[in-house]
Amino acid sequence: MMSNSDNKSIQSQVSRRKRKDQFYHGLMIGLSVITILPVILIIFKLVVEGIGQISLEFLVQTPPDSFEAMSATAAGERIPGGIANGITGTLLMVSVASAMAIPVGILTGIYLYENPKKFLAGLTRNVSDILQGVPSIVLGLIAYLWVVKHITNGFSALAGSVSLAIMMLPMIVRSTEETLKMIPVSIKEAALALGVPYYKVLLRVLIPTGFSGLLTGILLGISRILGETAPLLLTALGSSRINLDITEPVSAIPLLIWEFYNDPNMVDLIWSSSLLLMALVLFLNVTSKQIAKRKK
Amino acid sequence: MNSDKITKGVLQSVSFIILLLAGGMFYSLVEGSIPAFREFGPGFIVSGEWNPRSGEEEYGALPFIAGTLITSVLALIISLPLSFSASLFLGEYYRGTRMAKILGSMVDLLAGIPSIVYGLWGFYVLRPFLIELGVPNQGFGVFTAGIILAIMIIPFATSLSTEIISMVPVELKEAAYSLGATRSEVAFNVIVPSARSGIIAGYILAFGRALGETMAVTMLIGNANIIPNGLFSTGNTMASLIANQFGEAGGLKLSALIAIGLLLFVITGIINAMGKFIIKKMD
Repeated sequence: MMSNSDNKSIQSQVSRRKRKDQFYHGLMIGLSVITILPVILIIFKLVVEGIGQISLEFLVQTPPDSFEAMSATAAGERIPGGIANGITGTLLMVSVASAMAIPVGILTGIYLYENPKKFLAGLTRNVSDILQGVPSIVLGLIAYLWVVKHITNGFSALAGSVSLAIMMLPMIVRSTEETLKMIPVSIKEAALALGVPYYKVLLRVLIPTGFSGLLTGILLGISRILGETAPLLLTALGSSRINLDITEPVSAIPLLIWEFYNDPNMVDLIWSSSLLLMALVLFLNVTSKQIAKRKK
Repeated sequence: MNSDKITKGVLQSVSFIILLLAGGMFYSLVEGSIPAFREFGPGFIVSGEWNPRSGEEEYGALPFIAGTLITSVLALIISLPLSFSASLFLGEYYRGTRMAKILGSMVDLLAGIPSIVYGLWGFYVLRPFLIELGVPNQGFGVFTAGIILAIMIIPFATSLSTEIISMVPVELKEAAYSLGATRSEVAFNVIVPSARSGIIAGYILAFGRALGETMAVTMLIGNANIIPNGLFSTGNTMASLIANQFGEAGGLKLSALIAIGLLLFVITGIINAMGKFIIKKMD
């Protein structure tokens, strides 16, 4: 028989546990909101401080020299010029890096998918995973040692591209393998049963079927390397003019942000440049998500 | 049939490139750091001196190893409650809801913000705020760098934990609910224990990220080549030292920087291998 006081103590225990549950629930929501607060604050800051500088001129002209910027600021005017050298430099290096990393990454991904149990494939998969965790600054050192010192004999867009390509490669390998794994084996077997040569099965069946998955991986990879600054400091160095020669130093949007940050006269340009960079990254992220969603 | 052999050969040899790259990277870093290790011996790792003045050159990695570990551990401690809450939100409490979708893409977006933009925000927004709160050294130091790093690694810790938490079998949770457990009791007594290794692996990988971050840290840590002696002390990390000093480096100093790059390469390699190993053991 349960006495009255037992009943009461159970009731109070239950309500204590309920209160505790509510407390943790509230705490979790509160901390989750704090987690995403920086995103909102950062984007807000970029838009508020940067939108005023954005114009057509900002996209097609090169930056002013420090003195011009200083006199414009002193006169209370908008700083003239833009970041065209950074935009072209980023496009150049990202293109060259993609041209190197995408074919190698996709072929390696196919190899891993075709040989899931082989020792060499396992080793390649592990090494690729470890490579993905190598800090970007170390990749900058590597590209310096390989390209700047031995190939272009000086800072160059090629060196920057190599460091970005090494960064992108493991991401493409991984996304290719994951995408191919999701394609039903029966599709591949049907093609092979028709006597289609293996390379045609790859080019005409596997790659087209997994195309949107591969594209998602590539776009995400590009969005990752787009904002990289550290390896470029050691390789591409920067340039005040538009340069499309890959054996010469070249600028990039993040490199320009770094230069503006270090020059008190140009500092007003950091927000607009960051806003543009962020918009590019966001655009790639959203596009890749849309492609991934449509696939489903 | 012959073409099949060629295709397989091509695939195999192309995938060999990754192994060559990794081997070549290790080789080049070792080769580049030989002069520094020959000059200072293994003492390079434990020496606290960093003096680039020619004639009395003396390089040691200890302040930067210490700075790297302190900022990264700090980042891990700060990000732990945040990313754990976010992964419970996404993987358990509000899984599949519209709110979770919004929160999830915001967390993903954190991973997309470039390091240099974090640095700018830390410099122009976070640092003045911390000065206001009484943080010394103009707001520069390991504490400020740790906060920014914490924000930067949140998505890496969150995404893996969320995945693992949402994979906890429903039967386990239902069994606990049927015994009268509350939601938070289920979270702490059922979900966390059964998702433990995945959550830990996520934090290890996030820690690996923090070790190698460069730009944001460079802009906030104060770049003092000393062993940090407190929470608000200035300091320097391995990655930010390389970025800072590389421009004017040559000879022995360049070799010392490469040696620090090698140490960073090895440390992050070990940390990542640990994380991957735990994930593999779970499958």
